[in-house]
Amino acid sequence: MSAFGALAVAILKGFWRDKASVFFALVFPLMFLVLFGAIFNDTDASKSDLVLIDDVAFVEELEGEARDAFDDQFETRELSREEALEEVRKGDADAALEQSGDELVVHFTGTDQTAAARTTSVLGAFVDAANTAVLTTQAGADPPYALVTEQVEDDSLQMIDYVTPGLLGWAIAMSAAFGAAATLQGWRQSKLLRRLQLAPMPTRTIVGARVVVTLAIALVQTAVFLGLGTAFFGLTLAGNWWMAVPLVVCGTLCFMAMGLLAGAVTKSVEGAVNMANFLVLPMAFLSGSFFPLDEAPGWLRSISLAMPLRHLNDAMMDVMIRGEGAAAVLWPVVIMLGFALVLTAVAAKLFRWET
Amino acid sequence: MGAIEVEGLTIRYGATTAVDDVSFEVAEGELFGLLGPNGAGKTTTLELIEGLRRPDSGSVRLLGSSPWPRDPALLRRVGVQLQASAFFEKLTAREQLRTFARLYEVPVATADEWLERVGLAEKAATPVEKLSGGQAQRLSIACALVHDPELVFLDEPTAALDPQARRNLWDLIAGLQTSGRTIVLTTHYMDEAEVLCDRVAIMDAGRILQLDTPAALVRGLDAPVRISVAPGQLTADEAAALDGVDEVAEGTGLVLTTRRPADVLTRLAADHRLDGLQVRAATLEDVFLALTGREYRA
Repeated sequence: MSAFGALAVAILKGFWRDKASVFFALVFPLMFLVLFGAIFNDTDASKSDLVLIDDVAFVEELEGEARDAFDDQFETRELSREEALEEVRKGDADAALEQSGDELVVHFTGTDQTAAARTTSVLGAFVDAANTAVLTTQAGADPPYALVTEQVEDDSLQMIDYVTPGLLGWAIAMSAAFGAAATLQGWRQSKLLRRLQLAPMPTRTIVGARVVVTLAIALVQTAVFLGLGTAFFGLTLAGNWWMAVPLVVCGTLCFMAMGLLAGAVTKSVEGAVNMANFLVLPMAFLSGSFFPLDEAPGWLRSISLAMPLRHLNDAMMDVMIRGEGAAAVLWPVVIMLGFALVLTAVAAKLFRWET
Repeated sequence: MGAIEVEGLTIRYGATTAVDDVSFEVAEGELFGLLGPNGAGKTTTLELIEGLRRPDSGSVRLLGSSPWPRDPALLRRVGVQLQASAFFEKLTAREQLRTFARLYEVPVATADEWLERVGLAEKAATPVEKLSGGQAQRLSIACALVHDPELVFLDEPTAALDPQARRNLWDLIAGLQTSGRTIVLTTHYMDEAEVLCDRVAIMDAGRILQLDTPAALVRGLDAPVRISVAPGQLTADEAAALDGVDEVAEGTGLVLTTRRPADVLTRLAADHRLDGLQVRAATLEDVFLALTGREYRA
């Protein structure tokens, strides 16, 4: 235990004191989170984006102060029914307003509850005002306008909800792969690996210490991501979010194995890190870490299924955002551990002591 | 029983035989040197003996046990300094040594004592990356010795050091031996081997060419003594006429080659021709060059 602790402390200090590795493990992925959060999370916009389906007579008939007030609250454009609903579905518009007879129908998605509630209540206020105006002139009549809400099937998640699992998956893949690749190469180059072979502790102690430190780093990354996401960017975690922990653990093992492979086939630390980058960055793109794969062609989506990161991202999305249960975790865990075993075996086969 | 017994050690890489039928014994408490030009197979031999590589044939006994398969009980009795600076990145000198102390389950206080002994107490808080070449070498030797091993391997401990740092390390290594340890070192500095080693093995192309005490090797070479005389002391003809002089070469002054230096020097002294005189007897370097040749090797 003493040897294990000594190694773990030495590795952790080495990581923490290396500015570049801390930057790439924690700061760099967070920069992306902040960037995406800032670009896509403009819920504070003063006007609601309202699409009018064909001619909405109710809106057209607004006059005077009511008209000005309406324009202050809503940014409107007119589209056909189909186009309008599509806009709402994708989250490009907050809501769509449709009039049939005296009935006003608001279409919105369940994703952005706040924006939907605000749109509906403001629209409700205008409808009430119009009803009151009619009732004051025709006492005893029925209120002419009625506001009906209708939920469009949710097709898109909030951007922050979408990007967090993917960026987290990428961050974990990057630091696990780089850490393993650089350690294997660096320790081989400096002969530290040879030196440790001649110290009296078993090999599993050395490997175990390195794995435990990388796991600890990955869990810190997860905590920082989810903490900052919920605190500042409106990330809403589902009840099963903690199931991401076994996913993060298995993902780390899988990407460490990928890093070992990168370290085994290269001849210098720089080469190993470049190789790890060469493996991780395209994988991150193909796994939907940076943008959704929904629009990608079918063959690309098929390729993405061969990427362990795709399974990590999807499973984290399922448990952290969509609120799915243990069933969503099982297969991804099996797949990632399978990758870990195979990649480690290949790396061990290709590893050479001499450069 | 010797501390190290090596018998018929051989390892091949493809067509080249890196270590070719090497046999020797090192007695307990001995300081043994492996000499040879770059690529002679010194490091490979050492790694075979340490158990880092398995030979194609041959056997090794360290303190009576085989170094392979890996034997933790044996590893505790052996200390190794490898050629490169095998350190944990970004740790200070003290942390480095303490980490190795904990790997060998030795008290941390011992690590701090060793830091003192190798003269690095002032550099305790310096990251290993910022140590000078000599300081890094001393630290890596301390890391090899922190668990007080009976048998120590030092692979080119003074490579790439300046003359002060080298002599400083010689004192350290000589001091290790006095406490009864068996030490094996590799070097390509002949003066170092001559000063430090009880016995040396001269290797080239994977084979041991000669093995003996430095003095015996030099005697065995039976090399003539060279006497340099300052310009203007005597002419080349006069020199050639001296009794015992075999050869005279002219450069700045004269160089007389003789196998009877006592006769020649007595004659020169009687003639008051000793100003600026230098006598150079054969050294281990001459033995080395005679054995391994003078052609340049990368």
